[in-house]
Amino acid sequence: MSIDRSRRRRLGIALTTATALLLLGGLAAGSEGWSPMRLWQTLHSDDGLLLVGQIRAPRTLGAWLVGALLGLAGAIAQGLFRNPLADPYLLGSASGASLGVVAVLAASALGGHEIGLATAGALARLGLVGAAFAGAFAGVLLTLTLARGVQQTTRLLLAGVVVGVVLSAASDLLTSAAPEALRGRQAFLLGSTGFIGWTGCAALAIGLALTLPPSWRLARALDALTLGVDSALSLGLALPRVRLALIGALALATGIAVSQAGLIAFVGLVAPHLVRRFAPAPHGFTLLASAAAGGTLLLAADVLARSLIAPQEVPVGVLTALLGGGYLIWLLRKGRAP
Amino acid sequence: MTGLEARRVSVKLGSTQALHDVSFTPRPGWTAIVGPNGAGKSTLLRVLAGLQSPDAGSVMLHGRALASVAPRERAQQLAWLAQQGEASGELTAREVVQLGRLPRLGLFGAPSADDTARVDQAMRDAGCTAWADRRLHELSGGERQRVLLARALAVEAQWLLLDEPTTHLDPQHQVALVRLLQRMAAAGCSVVSVLHDLSLALAADRIVVMAAGQIRAEGPRDDPALHAAFIAVFGGALRIERVGAHWVTIPQLESPEPQR
Repeated sequence: MSIDRSRRRRLGIALTTATALLLLGGLAAGSEGWSPMRLWQTLHSDDGLLLVGQIRAPRTLGAWLVGALLGLAGAIAQGLFRNPLADPYLLGSASGASLGVVAVLAASALGGHEIGLATAGALARLGLVGAAFAGAFAGVLLTLTLARGVQQTTRLLLAGVVVGVVLSAASDLLTSAAPEALRGRQAFLLGSTGFIGWTGCAALAIGLALTLPPSWRLARALDALTLGVDSALSLGLALPRVRLALIGALALATGIAVSQAGLIAFVGLVAPHLVRRFAPAPHGFTLLASAAAGGTLLLAADVLARSLIAPQEVPVGVLTALLGGGYLIWLLRKGRAP
Repeated sequence: MTGLEARRVSVKLGSTQALHDVSFTPRPGWTAIVGPNGAGKSTLLRVLAGLQSPDAGSVMLHGRALASVAPRERAQQLAWLAQQGEASGELTAREVVQLGRLPRLGLFGAPSADDTARVDQAMRDAGCTAWADRRLHELSGGERQRVLLARALAVEAQWLLLDEPTTHLDPQHQVALVRLLQRMAAAGCSVVSVLHDLSLALAADRIVVMAAGQIRAEGPRDDPALHAAFIAVFGGALRIERVGAHWVTIPQLESPEPQR
């Protein structure tokens, strides 16, 4: 077996093992901290099954799915834009989703029916999730419109930056008009897996099923793009269609993830990095492994977020930012370019 | 019908007229395109490869407008090697050469034993088998160039369009490349290469001399009129002499100042 294959196999085993352990950890982590014994006791208590089955299990699985979607989206973005610093939010989805949520919160506050992220009822939550998803998609559409399609990478990236700035300014304006929306916006920006139920899990799983297989099928196009756009074209790729399909997958994966968990930082950037560092490979492997690594990373952060200062909970986005930022600082100190 | 043909092609890049009313039909054999910087050599090659749309004129492939030929069908017949090969990503040399089979396999086809054999052959021909498992960004410029050449060879196209294939190569591998191109030309492939090494260019069957976006001369390497045009487009800064069976260019260092 070649060194490359051996490393890929080892990474696959490590991710599978870590995911299995973290899934158990996610079921065991509660407001009283993390304890396998406590999980056993909880399962045998009167409302234990309800607690684990309806709250911890969907949250745990949801955290993995959100991370997987972000890891996949990050790997697509970095391959498509041939930039290791590309992240899933660069096409305006983050600012769009944020604006969608702020618009709903502000409208409800101005209408005298203030809703908060933590206290929202099922219907209001559905509205917030829908607004975040619609906002994320609208942000990407606006970027594509400004960039006049998907042909020019630089134009796309610039348009993404412009859309990000403008939509964030719009969010600022709304929160100035309705300051009650500020706390909800802050919570959304920090990200949380605490509100994911089984319905959310189903949406996330459908999102992964809709984006992972087609992206994987287009992995060879991402491989060809490593040789440059002209070389990829000379190999007979219908690049506009391939780009559109991959950007569609990127937008869908990011939109669904953001709508369920807010803006989780760094997972989409770091997961593909970790995969490439430990098991460099063609994109067929990198896309799958980045999804698995993203899921594992976010699940680990979620378990930590619940356990570190229980019964308080650290916003999971803060932890992923700290862990991801720490990883990038480590890379810089080692003298390795990201 | 000749297969591939550029008819009265003009291309403007920004404010620069890169090609002006150029007609060119690559013949079977090896054709080298030479000329000073900015002559339009690479642009002509890109137009022939279908990577640059002409502002005027047309490129025909087997009697059809090249722009109307499906990308994969075009790629099966026209292999193109970039002037400065890029090397981002994590692919090994072998994985890069395997990409040369994309026009045959498409995005979704699984490589057969025959595809693997052709990849092996292309790597042997380009002399890059020794570092098949190394990543492209770990290779020297010359090693990388040979891998990218193998990628172009793996396409097994009728027309091989090579932009500066000798860049970064040491003399030993430049000679090996020339012999390879001669073998491919003898086997029926039409090789068109832009070359800055003028002595190597004079080993080609035919030479196209370009300047200021136009073809100034075209003909076999022994043609005295071609030699005159050759020297003229470089401002008289060189002379062409015969050494044994070969023509070579020699810089005119003793002349006062070349015309620009």
